Amino acid sequence: MSVVVRTIARILIPVILVFGGYVILHGHLTPGGGFQGGAVAASAVALLLVAVGAPAVKKLKAPFSVLEDLGGVAFVVLGFLGIGFTFFANSLAGMGGLFGAPVPSGPNPGVLNTAGTVPLMNWAVGLKVLGGLGAVLVLFGLFGGDDDR
Amino acid sequence: MRYWTVLAAFAVVAGCLLLGGAGMRPFGAPRLDAMDQYFNARSQAEVAANNVVTAIVFDYRGYDTLGEATVLFVAVVGVALILRRVKR
Repeated sequence: MSVVVRTIARILIPVILVFGGYVILHGHLTPGGGFQGGAVAASAVALLLVAVGAPAVKKLKAPFSVLEDLGGVAFVVLGFLGIGFTFFANSLAGMGGLFGAPVPSGPNPGVLNTAGTVPLMNWAVGLKVLGGLGAVLVLFGLFGGDDDR
Repeated sequence: MRYWTVLAAFAVVAGCLLLGGAGMRPFGAPRLDAMDQYFNARSQAEVAANNVVTAIVFDYRGYDTLGEATVLFVAVVGVALILRRVKR
């Protein structure tokens, strides 16, 4: 693409990634969550793909695949964390320690260190969606090219 | 034959819709919000999450999220499989 698109992409991609990270990290307090934030971050990959072309981002495909697998495995492992009660039981909520702070009742701005396994699952699913959609975008971008996929 | 099959399918679908519509609450009646009230009242105490939607998605209906993650994984695997490079 032209130098205009590449310059704008260089400015916008960090902003989009930061916003996606915010939506993921604050998923248990504000609207959004892992799926939404991962999709927002993957749109930065789409912009990168449009700006610099598919062959230049070909080497990102393997890290994205690894990220997707890691996110999926982490999600299931976090589900097993509550196996003492049931699968997917929220064993960290309200226990003190990591994400275990007591939550004030009623309408309030929220405390970041609450909600137990929910923020960890948000991270896992966010990484999974970013990796999965990123890998799909790179694969679609490379489709039809002569170079090795 | 094909005509009658289509007509029978249409009759079944229309019948189910009408049957469901017959049990509809009257216009202006208060909506059924027992489930909403349950989640609104308990998500802070049970999941300790202020975002009720996230509390439902990742705690009350975690299996649904697991299924969604599996669907995404299968979609990525399918795309990678179809668009792979074939050795010539």
